[in-house]
Amino acid sequence: MRSRHERRCVGRLVLPLALLAAWWAATAGGAIRSYQLAGPRDVLRELGDLAQSGLLWRDVGASVERVACGFAIAFVLALVLGSLVGGSRRAEIALDPTLQAVRAVPSLAWVPLILLWLGIGETAKITLVAIGAFFPIYVALVAGIRGVDRKLVEVGASFGLSRPALVLRVLVPATLPQLLVGARLGLTQAWLFVVAAELLAATSGLGFLLTDGQQTARTDEILVAILLFAACGKLSESAMRALERRLVGWTDTVPA
Amino acid sequence: MSLENALAARIRRLRKAFGTRLVFDAFELDVARGERVAILGASGCGKSTLLRCIAGLERPDDGTIVTAAEIGIVFQEPRLFPWLDVRQNVAFAARTDAERARVDRVLALVGMVHAAQLMPKALSGGMAQRAALARSLVRDPALLLLDEPFAALDALRRIELRAAVSEILDFTRASAILVTHDVDDALVLADRVLVLAGSPAEVVFSARTTDTAVRADVLAALGVVEHGTRSRRSALR
Repeated sequence: MRSRHERRCVGRLVLPLALLAAWWAATAGGAIRSYQLAGPRDVLRELGDLAQSGLLWRDVGASVERVACGFAIAFVLALVLGSLVGGSRRAEIALDPTLQAVRAVPSLAWVPLILLWLGIGETAKITLVAIGAFFPIYVALVAGIRGVDRKLVEVGASFGLSRPALVLRVLVPATLPQLLVGARLGLTQAWLFVVAAELLAATSGLGFLLTDGQQTARTDEILVAILLFAACGKLSESAMRALERRLVGWTDTVPA
Repeated sequence: MSLENALAARIRRLRKAFGTRLVFDAFELDVARGERVAILGASGCGKSTLLRCIAGLERPDDGTIVTAAEIGIVFQEPRLFPWLDVRQNVAFAARTDAERARVDRVLALVGMVHAAQLMPKALSGGMAQRAALARSLVRDPALLLLDEPFAALDALRRIELRAAVSEILDFTRASAILVTHDVDDALVLADRVLVLAGSPAEVVFSARTTDTAVRADVLAALGVVEHGTRSRRSALR
């Protein structure tokens, strides 16, 4: 008798395999032309070609770099502003309404201004990624600080902890779970925005692969780019989840 | 102002108001060194506020509160830090090597050595409250403040933990102020029972628990009329 785990694995594979088979059947029979949809074999071959020529690593590397830089900037900014707003009533009054107003603008609406101000270079792309990644982290951090159990803070106070010690030993660990959830959402946003940034103007990156494939009617190239985006996004999300399990495994909640 | 050696806490002319509601006005209380005082009273009578003022968690509007240098406090809920295991929670309050060396001793004292590595989410209510008790003992407090520490426990855990606290107080010779709803908790643990009532709150009843007839008097002071008491029978006649 097969174990429940095995049965579940098989169950999960049914739909993807069926889709793959349908894709293969539709493209191999010539019912769909390759400029409309390339077949699985063409996509695999294109992936191999790109890997061999080194272009694959150049493009993946360029996108990863933009995501990493934009995310890092967003994280640091969100950490500073979120701590201020969450920790001080005065900072909240001074900063939060403006930040909420900026947040209400769909982030891609900034694109024309960014292009005018920063041109089409790396700075513009990283800025766009940073704008996308900033708000989820900021919002989660502010909510996290607000949501800290006042009773735990009181325990620290009852032991006579100084204000810095209270922040370091109670507020920071209590806020960490929310901050990490925000960071995970921010990273997902960063990948979303790197696509937009690279679609606009780029000579490298996975988004460039997308536009290049579109302009030359190479659907295999487009599909490779899509697959690589999916892989990168999934990998970075898994990494963030692993980090969460490691750092805040103590939380008593059902994992989201 | 310093405290005479014979006292663990001295409260003089305490005044505390929340908005327009005056909870204490010129309230006074002495707790002798080694003495255990239980404070009873209806909900909202100010007994928790009194404890929080003594612990320094509420600022009195006026008056002086002087206590022994080291105070431990146990709340109604365990309030363990969920990101620390039991041992780390207990060690949280330790500042010196001597206090860190006490961590294992107080864990043994509350019977939690076997659970020292567990995270708070894995603890039952009784175990969590034992860990909280251990944490409050780590600095070897001369005065232990207990804010309804058994209220969230079931009847059996309550009796167990009450006995544990009683033993620990015998052992450490710490003074204690116990705030509770439960007359039996008060009679088992305390040397002196006070009943607070009124607004602002005043001590309306005070007795030593060595007097065996004190239970009925405490209940009467709390406004409880038991069936079969003489006053009730005479009222029925």
